[in-house]
Amino acid sequence: MDVKLKINDVEVSAQKGEYLLDVARKAGFEIPSLCHHEAVRPIGSCRVCLVEVVAGGKTSLTTSCNYVVEPGIEVTTDSELIHKMRAVNLELLLARAPGARRVRDLAARYGVSRPRFAPVDDNWLPNCILCELCVRVCEHQGHSALSTLGRGDQKKIGLPFNRPAESCVGCGACYSVCPTECILMKETRTNRTIWGQTFDFVPCKECGAPVITEKHRDFAIKNQELPENYYDLCEACKQAAASKRFASVAW
Amino acid sequence: MAAFKNAKQLADHRKKVVASRPENRKAIAVCAGTGCKAFGSYKLLDAFKKELKKRKLDRKVELRATGCHGFCERGPLVLFFPEGMLYQRVQVKDVEEIVKQTVVKEKVIDRLLYQDPTTGKKHKKEEDIPFYKHQARLVLKNNGLIDPTSIDDYIRIGGYNSLVKALGMGPEKVLKEVKAAKLRGRGGAGFPAGIKWETCRNTESDKRYVICNADEGDPGAFMDRSVLEGNPHSVVEGMLIGAYAIGADEGYVYVRQEYPLAVERLEIALDAARKQGLLGKNILGSGFGFDIHINRGGGAFVCGEESALIASIEGHRGVPKRRPPYPAVCGLWGKPTNINNVETWANVPPIIDRGAKWFASIGTQGSTGTKIFSLVGKVNNTGLVEVPMGMTLREIVFDIGGGIPGGKKFKAVQTGGPSGGCLPEKKLDVPVDFDTLLREGAMMGSGGMIVMDEDTCMVDLAKYFLRFLKFESCGNCTSCRDGLMRLHELLVDIAAGRGTEATIDLVEELAQVVRDTSLCALGSTAANPVLSTLRYFRDEYEAHVLKKRCPAGVCKELITFRIDPKTCNGCTLCRVRCPQEAVVGKKGQVHKIIQKKCIKCGICKDVCNQDAVIVE
Repeated sequence: MDVKLKINDVEVSAQKGEYLLDVARKAGFEIPSLCHHEAVRPIGSCRVCLVEVVAGGKTSLTTSCNYVVEPGIEVTTDSELIHKMRAVNLELLLARAPGARRVRDLAARYGVSRPRFAPVDDNWLPNCILCELCVRVCEHQGHSALSTLGRGDQKKIGLPFNRPAESCVGCGACYSVCPTECILMKETRTNRTIWGQTFDFVPCKECGAPVITEKHRDFAIKNQELPENYYDLCEACKQAAASKRFASVAW
Repeated sequence: MAAFKNAKQLADHRKKVVASRPENRKAIAVCAGTGCKAFGSYKLLDAFKKELKKRKLDRKVELRATGCHGFCERGPLVLFFPEGMLYQRVQVKDVEEIVKQTVVKEKVIDRLLYQDPTTGKKHKKEEDIPFYKHQARLVLKNNGLIDPTSIDDYIRIGGYNSLVKALGMGPEKVLKEVKAAKLRGRGGAGFPAGIKWETCRNTESDKRYVICNADEGDPGAFMDRSVLEGNPHSVVEGMLIGAYAIGADEGYVYVRQEYPLAVERLEIALDAARKQGLLGKNILGSGFGFDIHINRGGGAFVCGEESALIASIEGHRGVPKRRPPYPAVCGLWGKPTNINNVETWANVPPIIDRGAKWFASIGTQGSTGTKIFSLVGKVNNTGLVEVPMGMTLREIVFDIGGGIPGGKKFKAVQTGGPSGGCLPEKKLDVPVDFDTLLREGAMMGSGGMIVMDEDTCMVDLAKYFLRFLKFESCGNCTSCRDGLMRLHELLVDIAAGRGTEATIDLVEELAQVVRDTSLCALGSTAANPVLSTLRYFRDEYEAHVLKKRCPAGVCKELITFRIDPKTCNGCTLCRVRCPQEAVVGKKGQVHKIIQKKCIKCGICKDVCNQDAVIVE
């Protein structure tokens, strides 16, 4: 069913259950965000995707990433108030993550270059903005190895009980999704070290290049019911083999 | 005792209980609420038991351990029936005399009566004491009368009669009655309970839940605790009626781990209700089935927020979710869930019993009924007070609370818990109801009321609450997590004399961002202590940054302790007690404080008999 709404005075239609941020972006409107990823559930952590919504005669300032569209709402994606509120939240995030390029660039676009607050004195996970994308992507993959620890201004991202997690398969999804590049990951040709554990790679049977961690392979084959030899070859060799097969087919 | 199969069996049982305990029977009721328990009321109970047995009175005189009477300042409290006489601050050593004089000879022991500190008048009956006289006790009415561990005590005073009545009315009529009573949620936001119930009932689903929010986390608040400890069946009955109206068959009480006595008494109440067939399947032969689980909270303040509470019951971290969808539409395990707090549920049985019209006649047009407040801080009569909505702050603080101790001047009253607002003297005559408090920059909250005198520094106070809230934020939103952390840092700066006018401006700017851009009610109200003190006590902030002075003499970095040479009589008390050996002076001669050594602990000021220590 279609939901009709207005964004910056333009009529837009959306699917029922869609989130406002996704709808607005699809329609070509720009809304900044740091903690949003289409693949995982929204939590509205960074408070940067704020917009103004008029619903039922009431105007409210709200995050768009976790706002399910409703028929008839009127959305404004930029105004003086929105700009100011985003700017202060970005200023708070910049003070927490002065070394994060994405935060720095976005803050600069909102006129914030030097926060009025002292840097956070914490070397737990420098430049982490606690957006929980790593936690959510880990949970979404079925591992739930990462977690938030503590609450309030003591909140941190880490491993439960601060011990290497049994359920971590070393897939590196947390690393790749992190908007501030604050998760440490080290790779050699034979293994990958992340979150205090070293995972051996499965080498490609053809060329020896790393394909996937052994633990990740076992998890994926078991849970996605893949054939046992699914990860025998690296992507390049798989393609080469496929084209060879393709060439040998008699047309 | 077998389970009641129908309403008649319950009524017959009530008749039997009433007959076995006539109104004029002598009874001693010892308060066994948390406050009096801490004062030693369990020892008192033992002593009474022994003494009554010794005099072979244990069959004639009933000894009862009751819930909290509210007048905790004066505990342990002992009430005598049928007279309704109250003895206060009763000690074990008084027990023998009490039984001999008061119980046997019916003589009053004068020294155990309450004496009004302002008029000097002694009061015999509980109801004549000003603290109680100005109250309107609806929810707390039976707290001092019944033994909370006895279902018969509750049944005797008409308990579960409202349930019988509700079952006879049918769900729609019950709902209509609660809506007509205009009962608003006592947990903080004051949302109309009837509308919430109706939404939950009208949401199509194969399953519905009701939840009782007993995660009372405000520092200094103990309203819900007292109701659960003193009259747990009233909450159970309220939930039963609600579940019936809504069409729910399962309920949860989410209660703080820090309330062991409340959990214990609730467990006893639930067991008894199950045994009597008041919980379970086919209650009183009506076909309606309902049962209640207890879920203990782990101590996070944010779990009092309904969506975080639901997440916590589901086994997740207590993190609030965006609303809508509201729990009434999509709550516990995705099912429509109606959540109200303890006090709201406890208001339901009297509404059904006496009708919406009667209930709506109490209080104001927009806020009906009564509200319980925990009156604490710099006030003579601390304790639990229940007043009709619309009573003024002045009446609560001065008529019921007995004013400020030590002849000090009233400065402010904070309503609504840590994220409430502070109202100054000029606002003392505003009526206490949901809408007025909000308009004045404070809020009803769950009913915390902290009185402050001239010795309270408002910057220090805001700093204190911000420190609490920055720890208790769930940490999800940047604005709340980092905003509160920064606000606290800035207030620390101001209190230490490091602030400038720009600091005050930044505090104000940031406070607005915290209020306007956080997801849940914790964040959107957390800046209240700052915003309301800035609104009414801006001059104090300015004194801290411009004059580097703390007018109330609280902020350590901005004050010095000095001994007035004119009044010091050289008694050496301060010198002896100073932990830093910062006071010098010979006996009989004027003493002096060495500023370099002084840590501003204030002990010298506390111990001085001559008021010779001056704080500047």
